Amino acid sequence: MSLEIIGTYAITVCLIIGTAFAMIGTIGLLKFNDPMVRLHAPTKVGTIGIGALLLASMIHSYVFSDGSMHELLIMAFLFVTSPISANFISKVNIHRRNCDVPPVPPQDEAWSTLDVPEDEVEVAPAK
Amino acid sequence: MSFATDLMHNAMLFAFAVVAIAQVLSMVRLVIGPTIGDRILALDTMVVNAIGLIVLLGIVQGSRIYFEVTLIIAMLGFVSTVAYARFVLRGDIIE
Repeated sequence: MSLEIIGTYAITVCLIIGTAFAMIGTIGLLKFNDPMVRLHAPTKVGTIGIGALLLASMIHSYVFSDGSMHELLIMAFLFVTSPISANFISKVNIHRRNCDVPPVPPQDEAWSTLDVPEDEVEVAPAK
Repeated sequence: MSFATDLMHNAMLFAFAVVAIAQVLSMVRLVIGPTIGDRILALDTMVVNAIGLIVLLGIVQGSRIYFEVTLIIAMLGFVSTVAYARFVLRGDIIE
């Protein structure tokens, strides 16, 4: 069993893992029934799913040609930015009150996520 | 050798089909999504699935050109997600 055959099997396993995570995450996006719950599934597509596909691409380039490490850059970028975008989307859910609103803060009037800009307060002072 | 290569080619065809189906399913959530957060999340998932499809295309063609395309689409997807969420949160993108 040569190194090339082992690499080919490793590519197959990585492709199947990445594809399974992409599909399961998207099914979770479609089937869950609450906006905050729906946020949970697709963030795994961006990290493990694409990470496994990029790992398959790296192994493929090492087995069938002279190899490249460029895919690590995309992997690092996605691993850093995926939690940030998930945090922003959950803040949107809190701001639009599509989930349980957090309790009143101890000293200020409202949480900054729930607050409206100052010029809009003057236009609509009822709130 | 031939069995392993056949298995890899079949796995690539399977991966293309399944990631394309995942793209269509996230488009369904984009259309029916009741809240704005769901629509932003569906667009983010579509960008991630598009990255996966381009990575698969790069594996199949054995080309290194698709690396830059993937990196630029990843950056564009992150910036557009943050800009959309920021617009909903603050009513403005750059204050």
